[in-house]
Amino acid sequence: MKKSVLLGTLAAAALVAGAAGATTLDDVKARGVLNCGSNTGLTGFGAPDADGNYQGFDVDLCKAIAAAVLGDQSKVKFIPTTGETRFTSLASGEVDLLVRNSTWTFSRDTDLKFDFVAVNYYDGQGFMVKKDLGVSSAKELNGATVCIQTGTTTELNLADFFKSNNITYTPVNVADDADAERQFLAGSCDAYTTDASGLASTRATLPKPDDYVILPEIISKEPLGPVVRHGDNQWGDIVRWTYFALVAAEEKGITKANVEEMATSTQDPEVKRLLGVEGDMGKMLGLDNEWAKRAIAANGNYGEIFEANIGMSTPIKLARGLNALWTQGGLQYTPPFR
Amino acid sequence: MAMAIETPKQGFRLGMLIYDTRYRAITIQVIVLLLFLLFVGWLADNTRHNLALKGKDIDFSFLWRRAGYDIGQHLIPYTNDSTNFWAGLVGLINTLVVAVLGCIFSTILGVIFGVLRLSKNWVVARLMTVYIEMFRNVPLLLWIILVYVILGETRPQPKDFKAAADGTQIATMNLWDSVAVTNRGTNLPLPLLDRPLPGGYTSALAIIIVLIGSFWINHILSNRAKATQEATGVRPVMWWKTLAILVLPTLGLLLAMGFHLEYPVFKGFNFQGGINVAHAFTALLIALTLYYASVTAEIVRSGIQAINRGQSEAAYALGLRPGRTMNLIILPQALRVIIPPMISQWLSLTKDTSLGIAVSYLDLRGTLGGITLNQTGRELECMLLMMLIYLIISLIISAVANAYNASVKLKER
Repeated sequence: MKKSVLLGTLAAAALVAGAAGATTLDDVKARGVLNCGSNTGLTGFGAPDADGNYQGFDVDLCKAIAAAVLGDQSKVKFIPTTGETRFTSLASGEVDLLVRNSTWTFSRDTDLKFDFVAVNYYDGQGFMVKKDLGVSSAKELNGATVCIQTGTTTELNLADFFKSNNITYTPVNVADDADAERQFLAGSCDAYTTDASGLASTRATLPKPDDYVILPEIISKEPLGPVVRHGDNQWGDIVRWTYFALVAAEEKGITKANVEEMATSTQDPEVKRLLGVEGDMGKMLGLDNEWAKRAIAANGNYGEIFEANIGMSTPIKLARGLNALWTQGGLQYTPPFR
Repeated sequence: MAMAIETPKQGFRLGMLIYDTRYRAITIQVIVLLLFLLFVGWLADNTRHNLALKGKDIDFSFLWRRAGYDIGQHLIPYTNDSTNFWAGLVGLINTLVVAVLGCIFSTILGVIFGVLRLSKNWVVARLMTVYIEMFRNVPLLLWIILVYVILGETRPQPKDFKAAADGTQIATMNLWDSVAVTNRGTNLPLPLLDRPLPGGYTSALAIIIVLIGSFWINHILSNRAKATQEATGVRPVMWWKTLAILVLPTLGLLLAMGFHLEYPVFKGFNFQGGINVAHAFTALLIALTLYYASVTAEIVRSGIQAINRGQSEAAYALGLRPGRTMNLIILPQALRVIIPPMISQWLSLTKDTSLGIAVSYLDLRGTLGGITLNQTGRELECMLLMMLIYLIISLIISAVANAYNASVKLKER
């Protein structure tokens, strides 16, 4: 099944070889729709709601980019990808960018020929177990059966963690979050491991979230962020700076509600440049001057997107932690808009 | 003067390639072949060109790098320090084990079910019809998942086997506390030797040699019994000799080497010791066996019905009982019809083992074509390798089965 898909992709890639060469920005504008590689379903980050519309933290970034590039945040087509298919989708050009909890690693950046343009969520790998298992540390998991999503960096971290602590485990390789949740609930594994944010998201959807605990150990660094293909730097810049615009907006206190008002009333030269009142930043990027204003107006600044999808007021209850602004002790920091 | 018909002397002209029927067929074939080769060449070149545009090359060196991931079920030694190549080999062996067992079980069951479907007993025949139609008309993938879910959701968790403080247990082990079926897998006793022969595999080798020897001696004895029967008409009593020769030497050797069983015991999170067979394997094997048994049953039925009715009537006229008629007259002839379609069934069963990924069974598709592919990002290389390996496996099965077919088919002289 997978084989024929791949061959089909190859054949299709061969047929459209003549059309290659145009930039991603031109392609997106000509198509009128942004193809965004998304998760098959991770509540809070990227999952279809009851009406089939994609909602989430990663999803809102795609919408902001669509608003910046196409002028309409609804012109996004979300293409669900699994841990296994996501990079093939991106490499083949099926999606224009991938915003799907993908960890920035050396080999993905270099060998796979991708660019991780920013980190929209600083994460780390954790473990979730049933409370009645009576385990309080991941180091007590000797001999446990662990559910693990195949094709992810967590798979390798897990092997390294157990090895360095000189304990053993039995892996159960599952395809995606939904499968992992089912197997974990059925008791096929003692522990489920993935990014701590993913664990929080899965836990929120379980029938009795309080029966499960997330162990304190964070065994890896998982910087998650939007990914584009190597070689199209203009497109990479657009994605990177749209994201930075959202972070800068939080820093400057620009929100979805006051963005129009700020554009007219502000005296801050950086805000003026950002919102396109002064200068020609949009032109430098290959867009019009109001790109950042539209991106912010779509779903608000970084902080608003965070709180609305995964913050403390949502069932997922993630604290800002490392993802707070640098002014508040976090790691979210943007280079100057100048 | 003799009448001589002068054949017009005519050299070969280019036009003859099209207008002369002797050459036309060859011309067309050569052109088709050239076009086909051009098309294949274009595809290959285009792939290479487009990969180069994306900055990708074809490189198999990832096979020798550290794999870094763990595999739950492996029959050869494997750790996450092994290479990707070794991980692929682990997967290949997992594939072959399931394929070989699946072929054997589905063939045996299929023959039985196929014969039963033709039974004169109305209930048995209808039951078989229901079974066959149910299994072969539902996609195999669904059966695999169904069996897996049933095993996983109905069996108790490993910790339920642990005795509570008051001595009560939620679940108990089967077969005199030797086998435990949990919701994760089946824990079986592991045969062990206290005093194995020196060297890695010498003990196993010794057992095999002794077994072969026993069978050989038994063969000589039964030949002698046959000769006696033909000479005197009385067959000597054989069964206890056969039993003694087949069992005693091996038993003696095992006892000498200190044979005992290691029973699985609940410790920590799970059963320790013994052999653990994951449900992924069990579910895949059961579903493959039942599905392909239903297909095989139909092939067997068609083979049996292809034999002229006169054959069985003649056998009955000679006084043969129905069972012997089936074994001696019908089945040997039916094999001619049965074997060719069976070959393609074995081939598809082998290829369908790749559906094991649905229940997390790490076969070749799961290791080389799954985790290795994802962790290294070498899609094309992994897919090409997998296609090559499946092709080789299939060609081997096909060659062996065809050789067998040639030996049983009707010899026409």
